[in-house]
Amino acid sequence: MHMFKLGKHALLATAITIALSTPAHAVTDAEWSALKDEIQKMKAAYESRISELETRVKSAESKASAAEDKAVKVETRAAQAEQPKSTTSRFNPDVSLILQGKYAHMDDVDERHLTGFMQGGHDHGGERGFSLDHTELSLSANVDQIFRGYANFAIVDEEIEVEEAWFQTLGLGKGFSLKGGRFLSALGYQNEQHPHAWDFADNNLAYKALFGEGYGQDGLQLKWLAPTDLFIEPFVEIGRGAAFPGTDRNRNGAGAVAAGVHMGGDVGTSNSWRAGVSHLRTKASEREFEGHDPADVEVVGDFTGKSKTWLADFVWKWAPNGNTRTNNFKFAAEYFRRDESGTLNCDDADLADPSACTGALSGAYKSDQSGMYAQAVYQFMPQWRAGYRYDKLWRGDADFNGADIGGMIASLGDYDPSRHSLMLDWSPSEFSRVRLQYSKDKSMDGQSENQWFVQYIHSLGAHGAHKF
Amino acid sequence: MKRFLFLLALVVVAPVQAALNVFACEPEWGALAKEIGGDNVKVYLATTAMQDPHHIEARPSLIAKMRQADLIVCTGAELEIGWLPVLLSESGNARVQPGQPGHFEAARYVALLEKPAKLDRSEGDVHAAGNPHIQTDPRNIAKVASALARMMAQIDSANAVKFRQREQDFQSRWSQAIRNWEAKAASLRGVPVAVQHKGFPYLQDWLGLKEVVALEPKPGVDPSAAYLAQVVSGLKTQPAKMILRAAYQSDRPSRWLSERAGIPAVELPYTVGGSARANDLFGLFDDTIERLLNGLK
Repeated sequence: MHMFKLGKHALLATAITIALSTPAHAVTDAEWSALKDEIQKMKAAYESRISELETRVKSAESKASAAEDKAVKVETRAAQAEQPKSTTSRFNPDVSLILQGKYAHMDDVDERHLTGFMQGGHDHGGERGFSLDHTELSLSANVDQIFRGYANFAIVDEEIEVEEAWFQTLGLGKGFSLKGGRFLSALGYQNEQHPHAWDFADNNLAYKALFGEGYGQDGLQLKWLAPTDLFIEPFVEIGRGAAFPGTDRNRNGAGAVAAGVHMGGDVGTSNSWRAGVSHLRTKASEREFEGHDPADVEVVGDFTGKSKTWLADFVWKWAPNGNTRTNNFKFAAEYFRRDESGTLNCDDADLADPSACTGALSGAYKSDQSGMYAQAVYQFMPQWRAGYRYDKLWRGDADFNGADIGGMIASLGDYDPSRHSLMLDWSPSEFSRVRLQYSKDKSMDGQSENQWFVQYIHSLGAHGAHKF
Repeated sequence: MKRFLFLLALVVVAPVQAALNVFACEPEWGALAKEIGGDNVKVYLATTAMQDPHHIEARPSLIAKMRQADLIVCTGAELEIGWLPVLLSESGNARVQPGQPGHFEAARYVALLEKPAKLDRSEGDVHAAGNPHIQTDPRNIAKVASALARMMAQIDSANAVKFRQREQDFQSRWSQAIRNWEAKAASLRGVPVAVQHKGFPYLQDWLGLKEVVALEPKPGVDPSAAYLAQVVSGLKTQPAKMILRAAYQSDRPSRWLSERAGIPAVELPYTVGGSARANDLFGLFDDTIERLLNGLK
């Protein structure tokens, strides 16, 4: 366009130059003024045409740029609309890291145990003062169109424990799904939760007595979800059974079998519930325990035999109109019963310090024990929750060679542990939580202990959604 | 015997007349599926207008319903990230897993606003893909409707023609309704508003409302008293005409601010079922526009 404009000017300039270059002496005054007029007219005509052309070009230009803008907008919108947006983050796999630690104020107790119960499995806590709990690292993603994968590592000093590492089918059809690898059993309610999801700073006594922390094993789990509006989900698991109450027994086939059913539903829009019963059957071979005799002399021993556990669980949640944001309430309770029968060996822990078991005793052992916990947690305002938990264990019968085992091993004596706990926690977001807890702990015979905990739980990365 | 054989033949031969089972994560998508599907769909609403769609418990009842779904219709864009993944894995339903035709995410079909420049949890509950509250702009509903009708036709090909016809009928009624709403809401253009949660960018974009301030210091973070005081003083220099909040949200912060700043707090239905009048998608926007206009008075 500028080129065009220059051209017009050049033309005009040429005309003037030609006119001026004409010999002056040959031109009369009248002729000169006529020529000047002519040039003026030409100039005016050209100028008006030029400005007209200029405005026309300008408007064409602006229209073109507007059209271009629109095209760009449409393109970006189209591009945005095409972007894949999945329900989980674009990172594959989702990575989550849980930071947890606590300060505990407790009595100085030499050998913490639950009187009346043989305890096993690994157990967190028990340390006084400041301590770091397991740092949990988990990774999960869909493996492909058929499988999902998940791994959870609990990291402590000089040790990485594979808490879970499993695959699960995304849908076998007809409501079936299969899980394989190392997983937390679907037994009960709290069992599938990692410690960061617990509502209290420590484990309830029932689970402590049953499994230490929770029951996990290497094996297979088959679940079926009924095609009904009422949630009905039976499951069966077979596995290695290496964890307490069983032991690793170096054999083919299944070392433990678990089965159960869970049911659940809503009552109106504000209430929902889940309940279930489960059963675990496993065997122990030389399952070790430590304790002390009535004279407080240390003994060691082991149990070989069958272990059967029944577990009933119930959870009820309330939120006004189902909106959990401001207020919500959760009640959970579980009850267990465990039968064990087989043979028991016991001996002095230190041969130089003879106990009631001196000379290595062996005999028939049979026990029938039970326990429960019930807890209620209320969110009374956004971010703030308060809770109460009651734990109770019943030692029941525990016979060694036809007599109560307490006469020989006092730490397995007839005593029913119990505990009351109160907690208050603050969660500024769903990724962080700070908790204060007080417990009145009577889990050991002759001990009534005040315990205080301050705990933090922080979550980095793609924190997976929690189950009900 | 003859009668028995006849009955048996009826059972075996009779085509399965089961309606398409739709699991809608939010009420607006349930209403849309109903508009397109009519009697050929059975819609289950996973949430109500009184629930915060960011925070839903993965309840057993929801898992049981998802088990039976042929199609799940959700917003996506991470809105349901706190509960949908659990339902998907626990339902054991292969048809509705991500990537399957039975897994529909509405946010994929509209241009998302407010894509965060920075992804950091200190910024609050930000969604990487953009703001997921797309249902407050009826033009988005139209886009989602055509995509949803295509998906429904793909899953239930026997009713494909019906779905397409119903969708076209819906689209013509909808575009007429949009014209009416826009004409009615002309006076709202350029009106400055305060919002309780950044849940209305699409409504603002559509009607030309100007968001002056949000009552949450960061998305999903409840305001402190100090922050609200800051909002009040901010409103003195940059006034707003009204405070908007969704029906599911607590009315306390907006009521508090309304008293201090002397401007009305307007509760919007936000989704189908959020008010008595918002009993379908048309009612939702009829009521939204009317409440906004009342707020302007």
